[in-house]
Amino acid sequence: MSEGTQVKKKRKIVLDERLQAYKGVWVFVEHERGQVHPVSWELLGEGRKLADMLGVELAGVVLAAPGEEAKGFCQEAFTYGADLCYLMQNEVLADYRNDPFTQGLTELVNTHQPEILLLGATTQGRDLAGSVATTLQTGLTADCTGLTIDPDNRSLLSTRPTFGGSLLCTIVTLNYRPQMATVRPRVMAMPEKDASRSGRIVEHSLVMAEADIVTKVLEFIADDSRDKPQLPFADIIVAGGRGLGKPENFQLVWDLAEVLGAEVGASRPVVQAGWVELDRQVGQSGKTVRPKLYIAAGISGAIQHRVGMEGADCIIAINNDPNAPIFDFAHYGIVGDAMTLLPALTEAFRQKLATLKQAG
Amino acid sequence: MHSVVCIKQVPDSAQIRVHPVTNTIMRQGVPAIINPYDLFALEEALRLKDRFGGKVTVISMGPPQAEIALRKALSFGADDAILVTDKSFAGADTLATSYALAATIRQIAKETPVDMVFAGKQTIDGDTAQVGPGIAKRMDLQLLTYVSRIVSVDQEKREIMVERRAEGGVQVLKTSLPCLITMLEGSNQMRFGTMPDMFRAARYEMKFWDKTAAGIEDVAKIGLKGSPTVVNKVFTPSPRSEKAEMIAVEGGAPADVAVALLAKMAVRFPVVEKELAKRA
Repeated sequence: MSEGTQVKKKRKIVLDERLQAYKGVWVFVEHERGQVHPVSWELLGEGRKLADMLGVELAGVVLAAPGEEAKGFCQEAFTYGADLCYLMQNEVLADYRNDPFTQGLTELVNTHQPEILLLGATTQGRDLAGSVATTLQTGLTADCTGLTIDPDNRSLLSTRPTFGGSLLCTIVTLNYRPQMATVRPRVMAMPEKDASRSGRIVEHSLVMAEADIVTKVLEFIADDSRDKPQLPFADIIVAGGRGLGKPENFQLVWDLAEVLGAEVGASRPVVQAGWVELDRQVGQSGKTVRPKLYIAAGISGAIQHRVGMEGADCIIAINNDPNAPIFDFAHYGIVGDAMTLLPALTEAFRQKLATLKQAG
Repeated sequence: MHSVVCIKQVPDSAQIRVHPVTNTIMRQGVPAIINPYDLFALEEALRLKDRFGGKVTVISMGPPQAEIALRKALSFGADDAILVTDKSFAGADTLATSYALAATIRQIAKETPVDMVFAGKQTIDGDTAQVGPGIAKRMDLQLLTYVSRIVSVDQEKREIMVERRAEGGVQVLKTSLPCLITMLEGSNQMRFGTMPDMFRAARYEMKFWDKTAAGIEDVAKIGLKGSPTVVNKVFTPSPRSEKAEMIAVEGGAPADVAVALLAKMAVRFPVVEKELAKRA
């Protein structure tokens, strides 16, 4: 998101000599049950850009149980842009737990001194980031929607929504290193995988035994994901907002979604009003999505919603207010009554799909 | 069982508006509330008191008017309330905030040992989710974030078992007291305050702790001075370079508008066309 009006206050940042030694961009590679979270690859894509701007290396950081699986994660990180991976393996790292992961990551940072450390803003990434930043006594910016480098002083500029998502702000870290930031899944684009890329693995041990750890994992109950909405990875989303007037009218959103085989999304006010479940909320306080097509009906387009969906390839907005902010960033706008336009779109898409089917 | 619950007074973000001309936040008339996520933490602490006895102390760091949030917490049934307020806390980021709150909780523990510290999973104004973990690390407490359920507490063994929301599932964790828990939303429902609690809350002599009372040892670690991060600028996003292409047709019949839109989109967005073809 580019910036419009702004209040600018340039701060001079002078680093202690000790901190000037911090070099390189790191991405924490998060995994659970043998699966790397896609947000880690998205961060490698973004980290690659930052590393290139700085002229430094990009590293993935993998903490895991001993075995070949973790080496596979490192190889995959290379294909997404990492130059090297720091690999720490110990039985105590088999499941995510705050203490061993905090100690492991803190040790790695203190040993190899990166200037930037990025983590996914997931339940694991946020738990770990807050703990590591406190242990290292450094700055951490949560839920960034934009990351870039200040060419004047090499510092990381982290942009995130503020004031409940009604404005954006850019945050810098002063005389502290590393500069830490978390980014939510789907905020950054998934980079192209390049299978020809490779890199080096730097192994590092963690001296810690199970007896040293107070918290024990008794069980992991996997989610039954069949009935849960999967908004972040949906290719088409139809979303409704307060402009639909009343909960019964939301059925028109469901109707269009059914014809399109799309997921249903919603803005914060209608989720808070209980029209649809929390899992369908799109925006800063809900899910971030990157579909190919996003149809928004009766959604005004406040920043809080915008940051959650502006990564869509094509945005169609229907609103009866010609001045609604959503028309500032949608690709197509229709000023009018969603009550009549949604059924019309449903019918038009039904015919379109029938025509495409005939064409084969 | 002595629980300390950290709460924050926040503006009701659903009601914040940005001035259309000056692009500044219009704070006037925006009601201040207890951060909604903190209520799940408070209710869980009250339930522990119901079961095991003991007390619930609520604390908040903020300006003097945050007293209102603490009184509200008392009216739900909390026993004690402390507002940590000092001009030198101004400008604190999450690192400086966790330093001040950890010092406060240590002071509280000198009088009555603390078994549990509770916090909401995040605030609705900052949304960082960093202060809870920060306090835990500073106090060397076991940290349990995103807890959806306290399964059991064994007071004798000083053990607690919880369910924690993880990516793709729920972790069942066991740990020792004292620990710090951040509660997930929807994990419980805040009770209604009783009449006696409401009267007590209104008459309660609020404790205001400045930095000395809160046991702050290093003033370089609080407020702006103790904050590694600073806000460089605040701005509104600009529109895309081109605004939305508005679809309007003569007569304005919805069916015609829809057909016109699909025709235009087919030309400009082959990526959408391809996606639709997959579904045909």
